[in-house]
Amino acid sequence: MAKIIAKLENVKKTYLMGVVTVHALRGISFEIPEGEYISIMGPSGCGKSTLLNILGCLDRPTEGHYYLGGVDVSQMDDDELSEVRGKRLGFIFQSYNLIQQLTVVENIEVPLFYQGVPPDISRQKAIEMAERVGLGHRLYHKPFELSGGQQQRVAIARALVNDPLVLLADEPTGNLDSKAGVEILQIFDELHKQGKTIIMVTHDENVARRAERTVRLRDGLIESDVRNR
Amino acid sequence: MELEVKREIDTTKPEFKANPDSLSVLLRPLMPEHLLRIFKLALKSLWMHKLRSFLTVLGIVFGVCSVIAMLAIGEGASYEAQQQIKDLGSQNIILESVKPPEEQKISGAAQSFSIEYGLKYNDIKRIRATIPGVTIVVPGRIIRDYIWNATRRVDAEIIGTVPWYPEMRNQRVGMGRFFSEIEMEYGANVCVLGYETAQRLFPINNPIGREVRVGGTYYRVVGVLEPQKILKSPSAADTASKAAIYRMFIPLSTARARFGETVVKRRTGSIEAEKVELHEVTVKVDDPKRVVSVAQAINALLKRNHKKEDYKIIVPIELLRRAEETKRIFNIVLGSIAAISLLVGGIGIMNIMLATVTERTREIGIRRALGAKRRDIITQFLVESILLSGTGGLIGVLLGVIIPFFVTTFANMKTIVTFWSPLLAFSISAIVGVVFGLYPAIRAAQMDPVEALRHE
Repeated sequence: MAKIIAKLENVKKTYLMGVVTVHALRGISFEIPEGEYISIMGPSGCGKSTLLNILGCLDRPTEGHYYLGGVDVSQMDDDELSEVRGKRLGFIFQSYNLIQQLTVVENIEVPLFYQGVPPDISRQKAIEMAERVGLGHRLYHKPFELSGGQQQRVAIARALVNDPLVLLADEPTGNLDSKAGVEILQIFDELHKQGKTIIMVTHDENVARRAERTVRLRDGLIESDVRNR
Repeated sequence: MELEVKREIDTTKPEFKANPDSLSVLLRPLMPEHLLRIFKLALKSLWMHKLRSFLTVLGIVFGVCSVIAMLAIGEGASYEAQQQIKDLGSQNIILESVKPPEEQKISGAAQSFSIEYGLKYNDIKRIRATIPGVTIVVPGRIIRDYIWNATRRVDAEIIGTVPWYPEMRNQRVGMGRFFSEIEMEYGANVCVLGYETAQRLFPINNPIGREVRVGGTYYRVVGVLEPQKILKSPSAADTASKAAIYRMFIPLSTARARFGETVVKRRTGSIEAEKVELHEVTVKVDDPKRVVSVAQAINALLKRNHKKEDYKIIVPIELLRRAEETKRIFNIVLGSIAAISLLVGGIGIMNIMLATVTERTREIGIRRALGAKRRDIITQFLVESILLSGTGGLIGVLLGVIIPFFVTTFANMKTIVTFWSPLLAFSISAIVGVVFGLYPAIRAAQMDPVEALRHE
């Protein structure tokens, strides 16, 4: 049995929207072993964004515990969470979320910048990453000069540059045409083979099926948790 | 093994238990290398909106450059005034003959007549006799006439005075000497030229030992004064206008013998004769603290002996004090203008930074997701606003130093850029950047990363 990299224990999240209390998550527990490729599915409003935010340490659960790499991160303060995000997590968003005024390399360097990595080392690492996702020839281009698929590959390089424990992807193929989408998914498969832990939120059944395991949410609870292979 | 070592460190230094490199992390934003990258980043972001950044910078530029330029002009003007007053001597009281106002009215009529007014030799005697602590009294007669050197001539003030005039009035003899007591006693035909007069009459050769002509009398030049420090400006009031550009000094006794007491002025349609014994008397007071009280005493004395107000008392030290007071008020006014213009510039920065923060909410969200702490975000936006204000300050300092130079060359006004005024203006602009950039930066840092990422 592989080491457990992320573990949720009865995680609940409630929001106060005016006077109405919204129960986005009503008690979620599951474990993710190291190297697993897992997809999270569910209709809109089921709480998958909330779950992803908690998994990504962008938000704290109201109740319950979240252990990341054996450390309870559920009650950490803002600075500590920033530290965890910068060191242990990699984010891939639906709309790429690259910084427009920066070049490809500079975008990839951003997480290292906040870790205080010296410029020469971070530049070298960023170039290495860009080459790994096949963008060695586009190093000094700005995001708007790239296609959607290329932009998403920059985002993947950026997510990998700090060698994270977990890669979090929020609908990574949602804004892409099917050809570019397949390319991105192939990179994910590749990363999975190399042993990366990947959590991917998606709407698309076909995309979800590429993962080893699929967790379905409904109304803030886990509806099903199945292995695809 | 390793674990044991770790535990040992933990127990001895419990404050570092949570995060061993917390100190280095805390200091990271201050590392020069890191700071340089933040600056580069800020430059890049500002460069995205060139026009907007430029206009914001302009607000500070105008503030800073107007502060420096105005201070320079003000400093120059007050320096000039103070210099002129100092040249009169701070221990001196200067008495001047003035035409009484009634006579002046009549003189408008096209008639020939003679008037008698002004300070008398007797006045000097009385001052000497009755007022203690008065050492040297320098009487002076001023006659306006042409001085000739062959065919060259200059319209000058010919001042009949005493040998100790230069030391009393802070003027130095540049070439030759001033006339002596013996020459004064015998009423010798010797003269000392003002620097400008000498330049005019003897453009090439040395004037010493040569002779100049006034009316029908020749005077031997024994000395030339050093050039006056004062820039002649038309605005400089009465005290300065007495020190006309072209001057010649002759012994008082000579002046009395050659020109008499009556000065005849020819005007169109009238001949005007004025009888003035002394045009100017300088009184030196031993104790600088008593200058004002002595001046009052002299005023009382003269009032008793003169029927009309045909004299004027100038107390340079009083003028100096007044000039300093004026300068102080001037500086306060300038300071408030400066403060207001920089405040306006600062508000401009705040405005732009708030717009920038809103516009870049998503970028803030991305950076937070990628590990940026709140203080990283604060630093980023603060550096941007400081860069705006600092650039403005720098350009403003440059312009502010150049403008007075042009004012001097084109408007012929003396300007002094004190070394502290650019420093002051620049540091204020930098402070403006911090103060007005802080709120937008904090607002950026306070954003919830989840909300910020959702922002479109």
